[in-house]
Amino acid sequence: MSFKENILSSFMALENEVDTDSYVHGLRNEALDQFEKLGLPLRRDEAYKYTSLKSVFNKDYRLFPREEKNINYSDIKKYLIHQIDAYRVIFIDGVYSSHLSQTTHDTFDVCLMSSALNNKKYATVIENYYNKLAGKDSLSSLNTAFAREGAYIQIPKNTIATKPIEIVNFSTGSESAMMVQPRNLVVVGENAQVQIIERHQSLTKNDVLTNSVTEIFADKHALVDYYKIQNDNESASLIDHTSVQQQANSEVRLHTFSFGGALTRNNLNFVQQGEHCNSLLNGVTIIEGKQHVDHSTLVHHTAPNCESYQEYKQVFDDRAVGVFNGKVLVDKIAQKINAFQQNNNILVSDKATINAKPQLEIFADDVRCSHGCTIGQLDEDALFYMQSRGIGIKEARALLMFAFANSVLESVKIPEIKSRITKLIANKLKVNIGFDL
Amino acid sequence: MSKYTEEQLEKELQTKEYEYGFYTDISSDTIPIGLSEEVIRIISAKKNEPQWMLDWRLESYRVFKEMEEPEWANVKYDKPDLQSISYYSAPNSKPKYDSLDEVDPELLETFKKLGISIDEQKKLAGVAMDIVVDSVSVATTFKKTLSEKGIIFCPISEAIQEHPELVKKYLGTVIPQKDNYYAALNSAVFSDGSFCYIPKGVRCPMELSTYFRINQAGTGQFERTLVIADEGSYVSYLEGCTAPSRDENQLHAACVELIALDDAEIKYSTVQNWYPGNSEGKGGVFNFVTKRGLCERNAKISWTQVETGSAVTWKYPSCVLKGDNSVGEFYSIAVTNNHQQADTGTKMVHLGKNTKSTIISKGISAGKSQNSYRGLVKINSRASNARNFSQCDSLLMGNECGAHTFPYIETGNSTSKVEHEATTSKIGEDQIFYCNQRGIDTEKAIALIVNGFSKEVLNKLPMEFAVEAQKLLEISLEGSVG
Repeated sequence: MSFKENILSSFMALENEVDTDSYVHGLRNEALDQFEKLGLPLRRDEAYKYTSLKSVFNKDYRLFPREEKNINYSDIKKYLIHQIDAYRVIFIDGVYSSHLSQTTHDTFDVCLMSSALNNKKYATVIENYYNKLAGKDSLSSLNTAFAREGAYIQIPKNTIATKPIEIVNFSTGSESAMMVQPRNLVVVGENAQVQIIERHQSLTKNDVLTNSVTEIFADKHALVDYYKIQNDNESASLIDHTSVQQQANSEVRLHTFSFGGALTRNNLNFVQQGEHCNSLLNGVTIIEGKQHVDHSTLVHHTAPNCESYQEYKQVFDDRAVGVFNGKVLVDKIAQKINAFQQNNNILVSDKATINAKPQLEIFADDVRCSHGCTIGQLDEDALFYMQSRGIGIKEARALLMFAFANSVLESVKIPEIKSRITKLIANKLKVNIGFDL
Repeated sequence: MSKYTEEQLEKELQTKEYEYGFYTDISSDTIPIGLSEEVIRIISAKKNEPQWMLDWRLESYRVFKEMEEPEWANVKYDKPDLQSISYYSAPNSKPKYDSLDEVDPELLETFKKLGISIDEQKKLAGVAMDIVVDSVSVATTFKKTLSEKGIIFCPISEAIQEHPELVKKYLGTVIPQKDNYYAALNSAVFSDGSFCYIPKGVRCPMELSTYFRINQAGTGQFERTLVIADEGSYVSYLEGCTAPSRDENQLHAACVELIALDDAEIKYSTVQNWYPGNSEGKGGVFNFVTKRGLCERNAKISWTQVETGSAVTWKYPSCVLKGDNSVGEFYSIAVTNNHQQADTGTKMVHLGKNTKSTIISKGISAGKSQNSYRGLVKINSRASNARNFSQCDSLLMGNECGAHTFPYIETGNSTSKVEHEATTSKIGEDQIFYCNQRGIDTEKAIALIVNGFSKEVLNKLPMEFAVEAQKLLEISLEGSVG
């Protein structure tokens, strides 16, 4: 059965389970039509020039799990930032796990997309925000067509979310190959603040494909701090679409740490709609083997006096392939923009590849936009210096890599995440450096 | 002191007329419009070409028919109707000029108007020239001096007759017939162009130059240039172009192939000043050019271009760094004004070890123009120790223009180093203020800044051409470049 046929028959199965008269189901139908029209992205599409999804979509995925899996806290503890108290929204094979999660409706809402979609109380929010930002490309549409579960976070005006919120999607992959399509909605009101940590983790060696869509709305003076930790095992692939809309004076900071997974594609779309917005897109990628990580970012400045800052540090070993496709778009009225985009890469092996495409499209004249892209190696002199002082080559390399990634790590605001990332990097580089950054 | 603001400069830029927009009434031999196999046979017959050349053309046409016009470039225009163009137009039917005295005085007048006095050039600058009007070579100077050194510099139609072994060996090796839509079209219908061969170890004693002019209405210009620098030789080649002001869009689809064999060096400079269309964006030349050079071991190819004309420019002078230690360079200033659109840049393909490339691109957009840099740096996995440095700066004047950067960087080698940086900005008020403070008025200050902005590229032009390039910058940005 081809992927498309699988999708169509699964959609019929979905229609038996959901309310087909709802507003959201109308969107599902439209999105399915859109997906059917566009088909899967191919290499000849400019956006997927360097990333072939062929190997990802040639498997026979099940879109719905056959049975619910029970997992104990002790099994998954290591994947959580358990040192801190946090709200948790945990899904197992796309199904909400209430006994592992900790949600709230107290002063703000941290709950499930399914309950938000079915509860009249949230109807206006859903109609105002849901699917307003997500792209109309084929894979986002595919997600919209099947979306029914995910995290729903709404922080009202003048509220600070006291604890960070963790969204974790576990897949057990007990069935042969599994495709999950989480759908998250984050609405942050005026002058509100929130910290979110997102993670996708597969617990077995079976193939898992995650096609995730997240929409984030930041109202005036809002502050959103978002961390994506991608350290999945080699049989898991992730296609992530995250769209952010910012109103005046808001700040959204998004960090992406990509260490694992077979194929990872991150689509980040930022739209700045008010003045004095600040966007930060940072990333560290360290991959090896046959891994493939593709970062595709777009920052669209539609209002004057805004700033955006992108910094991606990447290290590629073995046959790893990296893609960086960054775009800054400045509209005619968006004067006095300060946009910066930096992409630094280190190729450790001759078989590794990096394809970079940092783009600027500028229609306003009074702007400062710059981008830089480098591809190089570790400084031989620095390595020699350290070796001559008794630091082994492996450790010396690791130290330099840490220094390389440090400018991104510095902007991480939660210390526990920083030390977690440091450990992940140390693991990845197979060293024990014995210090926290 | 009169106050001169940036707005005034902008206004002046928008109203500035194209100086070379005149049309010369020279009797010319133009074949009927349309594109077909028959037309290709006619062109070939007119050129008295051997059978292999005709076959090559027909093969190109066959490939061309299967291709579609590409649409990926960041430019918008009405596609030219290839059936409404005449593919061959030659001034006079006189076969050849032995000396300048025989040249149509009307034609000489044209060149005087263009600021190129052929005899003067001969005496003062010592530049050997090949002049191509409506894609037919009309005059080649200094042929004798060059032939003493064994240098062949002649129209390509002549080279096909007299040096078929060289043309046969190299034509289409760098730009294959099926390379792209316009290259295939060019391969099928090219009527003339320049051919240059520098023998082993010879350093060409003077600058070689081709001057292109589109004169007739309803014609397209399809010239083909082939430059071969044999082992250890050196040549500096210049190219300039103008066209009359017309309401219609004229098509210019040229191919330039450079071949630098071991240890050779080719420096290719272009000052492109085709008619850019009027201030409403009507008319102007579509400049769809394929330029590519191949470097063998230790060879060097350097492209320098000053792009000021054309309604739509679409060109990427590229280097294939095939041999070890070869060097590719690209220096470009692209100025767009009014409704001009430029999508230009370069491709550097590193195949050999220790290959180096440098890209310096400066874009200046004014009026309602769109200026894009599109470049590719590709480092093959075998190209160890390859090195690339790219810098693309854009200057925006006025808030209706756009500047875009689309670099593609593909690296598959761990010992190579690639650096790319791009900036977009306007002329800083603080910079102008700084100059004003020191008694430099705003006009001069802008001149100073624009000049400084393009200096890195202007410096790369050969002396004889730098003057002309400066002049062209003045036309495009009059009042700002001193």
